[in-house]
Amino acid sequence: MTAADAGHTVIRPYGDTTGDGRIQVSFTLPLPSGTEEERALAEGAAAQLAAKMGLEPAMVVHAKAMGPDFTFFIVYGAVRHLVDLADVEVARREFPLLSGAEINRRIRSALGRELVVVGATVGVDAHTVGIDAILNVKGHAGEKGLESYAEIRVVNLGAQVAVGDLVARAVAEGADAVLVSQVVTQRDAHILAARQIAEAFSEESGRTRRPLLVVGGPRFDPAMAGELGVDRVFGRGTTPREVASYLAYTLAPEPQGNAA
Amino acid sequence: MPGSDIKAGHVMPALDLDPEVVRQARELAAIAGQPIVEMARTHTTVSVERAVLRLGGLDGADPEDGMPWVNHLVDAVADTCGLEQGVALPAWHALISGGYPSLAALASDAAAGKVKFRMPEGADAGAARMAATAALSDGFARIDARKAEREAMIRATADPPKPWIYLIVATGDIYEDIPQAQAAAREGADVIAVIRSTGQSLLDYVPEGATREGYAGTYATRENFRLMRSALDDVSRELGRYVRLTNYASGLCMPEIAALAGLERLDMMLNDCMYGIIFRDINPRRTFIDQRFARQIHARAGIIINTGEDNYLTTADAVDAAHTVVVSQLLNEYFGREAGLATGQLGLGHAFEINPEVPDSFLLELAHAQLVRQLFPGAPLKYMPPTKYMTGNVFAGYLLDAFFNLCGALTDQSILLIGMMTEGIHTPFLSDRDLALENVRYVLRAAGRLGENFRPPPGGFVERRAQQVLAESVDLLRRITAEGLLSAIADGTFGVTRRPADGGRGLAGVIERAEGYFNPAGEFLEGREQFLEAGQS
Repeated sequence: MTAADAGHTVIRPYGDTTGDGRIQVSFTLPLPSGTEEERALAEGAAAQLAAKMGLEPAMVVHAKAMGPDFTFFIVYGAVRHLVDLADVEVARREFPLLSGAEINRRIRSALGRELVVVGATVGVDAHTVGIDAILNVKGHAGEKGLESYAEIRVVNLGAQVAVGDLVARAVAEGADAVLVSQVVTQRDAHILAARQIAEAFSEESGRTRRPLLVVGGPRFDPAMAGELGVDRVFGRGTTPREVASYLAYTLAPEPQGNAA
Repeated sequence: MPGSDIKAGHVMPALDLDPEVVRQARELAAIAGQPIVEMARTHTTVSVERAVLRLGGLDGADPEDGMPWVNHLVDAVADTCGLEQGVALPAWHALISGGYPSLAALASDAAAGKVKFRMPEGADAGAARMAATAALSDGFARIDARKAEREAMIRATADPPKPWIYLIVATGDIYEDIPQAQAAAREGADVIAVIRSTGQSLLDYVPEGATREGYAGTYATRENFRLMRSALDDVSRELGRYVRLTNYASGLCMPEIAALAGLERLDMMLNDCMYGIIFRDINPRRTFIDQRFARQIHARAGIIINTGEDNYLTTADAVDAAHTVVVSQLLNEYFGREAGLATGQLGLGHAFEINPEVPDSFLLELAHAQLVRQLFPGAPLKYMPPTKYMTGNVFAGYLLDAFFNLCGALTDQSILLIGMMTEGIHTPFLSDRDLALENVRYVLRAAGRLGENFRPPPGGFVERRAQQVLAESVDLLRRITAEGLLSAIADGTFGVTRRPADGGRGLAGVIERAEGYFNPAGEFLEGREQFLEAGQS
């Protein structure tokens, strides 16, 4: 029985005894540990850091010199902190996970035509692995990509597409949804790219129907959709079927709205 | 030999592979590759022509817009007289007849629209031809001197025993990369790769100067090459071991970057146009033409190429698509040899990417790695660590990397790219790299000679799997020879990604050579084509 099952709303990490709070961390300090004196100082510094992080008591179980200027540590200790489950915020999936056949059926009956998806990675990002995993027939995590759905037409523009080109192509293709995957996160490149896309499409709207904007990537937080100005954000581990289910749920709603 | 106690040479006894099937596979690869070579010999590209100018001594960029002078000059020649006969004759004719002190001065006027280029005729053509050839002769003399310098450095220090341990640095700032690379070398790296900024492959010019801003990598520039090579020379002398430097001749500027690598003594270069085709959507024709010229320059410079077959397995399944790796290696061997590369310069790539949940996954990896080792016995094979199934569980990832190291040691791979347990999470911490080196050192110390003491039983699972992959490779090569390599690429044969021959970036920079085409580099590079003739017999 876990603490949560027992009705406790306040928990601590579990080492080998309920409530012991024990965790492990590893880190590097820019300190030498070539001599005995240096090593003692470095380990003392590691213990002090651990204490300031709330690990008390802390035990430096491993210290290793990495070259002349750095030392690597592994530390075990007990944290004082408590987690109150009542305060935990979880982004819950607002749509049901549908089967491939159900997704195709919904699109057929609601739209009476193929649902058009335009996908790309934009700006400096050359990594197509994410968008390909979602769009390519090959798919990801044992699920086939959106290309494999009979009622979805996929236009995969690939890597480093200019935002303007993406907008133009989405308009030209009559896109129902635009999927953008961003992997590069240095200097918040993924956030900037998502905002640029949202702005570009909002400038375009008025003239044409704005497609559903979906961004994804391993470092995105799904709670950021509103802040980024897009309709949905998918984070790490998203499968093609989740994306397809979301598209069907949003763009091809059931008339009674009570399926699944 | 220093370090030989942990890196002793060994040969795992051979798997039984039918030499007739191997011969057939090579023959089919040559048949599939010949039309591509023919295309490369009858076409040029803007980047090939820019590389000619770089080899002829044109360096630097326009202070107005930062665009390299080679781009301005090639664009101006293209606009006023076309590139069908090459950039060299119109450029050197304008240089002589205009009395310019340098190609840069000519490029500056050309950029301002002040030069009307034309194809010289008669004695003018002869003079331009001689001047261009003399300029490139200087360029190739410089490359030859760099190659001799490398050999002298290796004699003065030492050539590390194989496997060479290959580590990546990628901070975006060359001045951060340098101390990281030196630290990695001190901790045991034999090869340092500076990953390029992710935007660079699609730039149709080579940036200039020392750079401090990049995305997930550092721009490949001539100055960055020079700074890093110089820093690694220092650390090579300090360690008494020659530390090699690698970068990327891929993307839209393959030939130019190959020229710069030769001029600045890089030691290895990623060079595989299939990567650009599949992952960067670069036009297949453009990049095959660029690749041939780039490889000819690498051949002359004594640079080892690394090919990118490992990449297919990041999108395709590593078991189902194992034969596509072998097919691509055979094609790369043909293209590389045709361009003049020696077998010892063919760093064919492959990877340890089978899903660890698959039963016998390690045995399958062993079969694939040993098959490649036996098919290309003289090639410095580059073996890539797991990336696809590095899940964020760093502890499981560390174990998987150890199995990768073991497979590499057991099958005598030549260049081991060291896997990071934090693959896919962030650019490695200093400690990630240190732990990764501890991992490989342990495996080589504990099991480096395991190959001598281990033999998969004849007719057993490993041998049968290797035979099966070889047979599937021959079948696929038959299909490719029947439909053509460009069609096969368009169909998504490699990396499950469809790339049509008329799609992608850079096609506009492809020019069919006209009668009278002249490329002064040809004189220094094309002498190496006996292999093609031999292959056609």
